[in-house]
Amino acid sequence: MPIQEKAKILDIRELAENHFKITLLSKYISTNATAGQFVNVRISEETSPLLRRPFSIYNSEPQKELIEILFDVVGEGTKMLSLKEVNEELDILGPLGTGFEIPTDKKMAILVGGGIGIAPLLFLARALKGKIPAVYVIIGARDKKHLIDKKEFDAAKCQVLTCTDDGSAGKKGLAPDFMLPILEESKSIDKETIIYACGPKPMLKACAEIAEQYKIPAQLSMEEKMACGIGACMGCVIKTKSGYQKVCEDGPVFKAEEIIWE
Amino acid sequence: MAINLAGIEMKNPVMVASGTYGYGKEFADYTDLNKLGALVTKTVTLKAREGNPPPRICETPSGMLNTIGLQNPGIEKFLKEAIPFLKKLKIPVIINIAGETIEEFAELAKILEKEKVVKGIEVNVSCPNVKSGGMAFGCDPDLVSKITKSVKKAVSAPVIVKLTPNVTDITLIAKAAEAAGADAITAINTVLGMSFDLKTGKPKLSRGVGGLSGPAIRPIAVRCVWQIAQAVKIPVIGVGGIMTSDDAKEFFLAGAKAVQVGTANFVDTEAAVKVAAGLK
Repeated sequence: MPIQEKAKILDIRELAENHFKITLLSKYISTNATAGQFVNVRISEETSPLLRRPFSIYNSEPQKELIEILFDVVGEGTKMLSLKEVNEELDILGPLGTGFEIPTDKKMAILVGGGIGIAPLLFLARALKGKIPAVYVIIGARDKKHLIDKKEFDAAKCQVLTCTDDGSAGKKGLAPDFMLPILEESKSIDKETIIYACGPKPMLKACAEIAEQYKIPAQLSMEEKMACGIGACMGCVIKTKSGYQKVCEDGPVFKAEEIIWE
Repeated sequence: MAINLAGIEMKNPVMVASGTYGYGKEFADYTDLNKLGALVTKTVTLKAREGNPPPRICETPSGMLNTIGLQNPGIEKFLKEAIPFLKKLKIPVIINIAGETIEEFAELAKILEKEKVVKGIEVNVSCPNVKSGGMAFGCDPDLVSKITKSVKKAVSAPVIVKLTPNVTDITLIAKAAEAAGADAITAINTVLGMSFDLKTGKPKLSRGVGGLSGPAIRPIAVRCVWQIAQAVKIPVIGVGGIMTSDDAKEFFLAGAKAVQVGTANFVDTEAAVKVAAGLK
C-alpha cells in the first residue's frame, strides 16, 4: 500500500550534466518498494509547477531507510527540484505502480538504459542478484557529459557496457545495438534470457523489436505525462493490446509484446 | 457546517469533483473519505468508453489541460466494480452521468437510482473532450432543458446539472436547467484551452484542444457562480481551481451553497479533506 509523506532530503548531487540524484529518508517506501516502482513528487507548495512529477526509484536501501531518485532537468519543475537542499523535505507519494517481474527460470538478463532511463535499473540490478546469474547492463547516453558513472552497477556485480551517440565515451552507437553481440554470443540460452529496458520511446521500440526477433521476453518501463499517479485521473495511458492502460497503475513496467507502438 | 443541498444531507459543504477522484477507492489508502461532504464519481456512460488517445494531459501555468474523453467501463461494469466499495461509505454518493443522446441520460439515471447508496445524479452536459454530446449539449439551453426534464421524469433523486463555462451567457443555460426542474447546478466544468509544443510544433494534447482546470480557472469559476447565483433560486455548487479553504470561501461569497475540489486532489491526496477541515 502506498502512502503520502514528507521525506527529508539526505543528499543531492549532480551525477552528470543536468542529471541529479536525490537521496530521501523514507523508512516506509524503502521497505515496501520493488524494482520498477516510482514515487510522485510534489515540487513546490505553490501552484506552479502544479502537478507532481513521477520518478523511478533508482535505489532503495531498507537498512539505511533511504531511497534514491534520478532525474534530468527538462523543465521548470525539475529545475526547481535540482535546486533543493539537504534537510529540506519533499512531499512524496509512493511506492507506486507495477514494477519489474523477476522470473525464476532465467540465466541471463540484459538491462538497457538510455539517458535518464537508467533510473529504475540500479534497483533492478540489485534485485536480480542471486536470482539471475548473468546480468549485463548497457548504459547509453548522448555524449560523455551526460553519461552516468557505472560504478554503482559495477558494485552490483553486473557486466557493464557504456555507449554514447557520438562516441565521446564508451562505444559509439545506440544502446539497443549492443544487445546483439551479447545475444549472438549466447544464442544457446535464448530461452533463458530476459530483457529489461527504460529510455526514450524509439529505444524502447528497438528493444521490443530485438526481443521479438530473438523470441525473448522483454519488460519495458514506459513514460507518459502523469497527474495523480494513483490511477484516478486516467491521464497517463498508453495504447496496449488490451486497450488504453495506465502507466501509473498498470505500469510503468509493461511486457513488450503488449504495447502498440504509434 | 452541515447542509441540506437539494435534499442531500451533507455534514460539510465540500465534495470532490467528478473525474478527479476516480470511483473513490483510488483515494482510500491516503485519506478518510468519510470526512468529505459528498463524493461525486467519475462520469459513467451507458456503454464502455475507451477514451482519447495519449497524450491526454499537459501542465500549464497554475493549471493543467486534459483530454481524457470520459474513459470508463460503462454502467454494467460500474455497478459491479464501483458500487460495492461506494456502499461502504458513510457519506452521500453522487453519480455523474453522460449520455450520447437525451434518452441515454434518463436510462442511466433510472438504473442508478435503484442503488440505495446513490443520493443524487449529476448530469454532465459539459465535457469538452467528446465527439458527440458533452459540451455540445451544455451550450444549447434547449437541449439542457430536454435532458434535465427527461432525467427528472425518470428519477426522484435530486438532479444536479453540471455546466460548461464555454458559453456566451452561462445564466441562460442555468435558467433553462432550473426551469426544467434541476435541483441544483454545478459550475463550472473545464475551460476549453490549447497549448503547443515548441519543439515539435504540434499541440501538446492528442485532440489539440482540451479542458483547462486548476487555480488558473478560479476567477472564471467564481464569476460564473456569482452570475448563476443571481439568476436562479436553486443552489449552486462552485468548482474550479480550489486548492485551499480560503479558495472555497471565495465561492461561498459568490453565492455557492457547496463546493467541489477537483485538480487539487492530484496534487495532494488530502486536499479535499483539508478544505473541509479549514472551513470549520
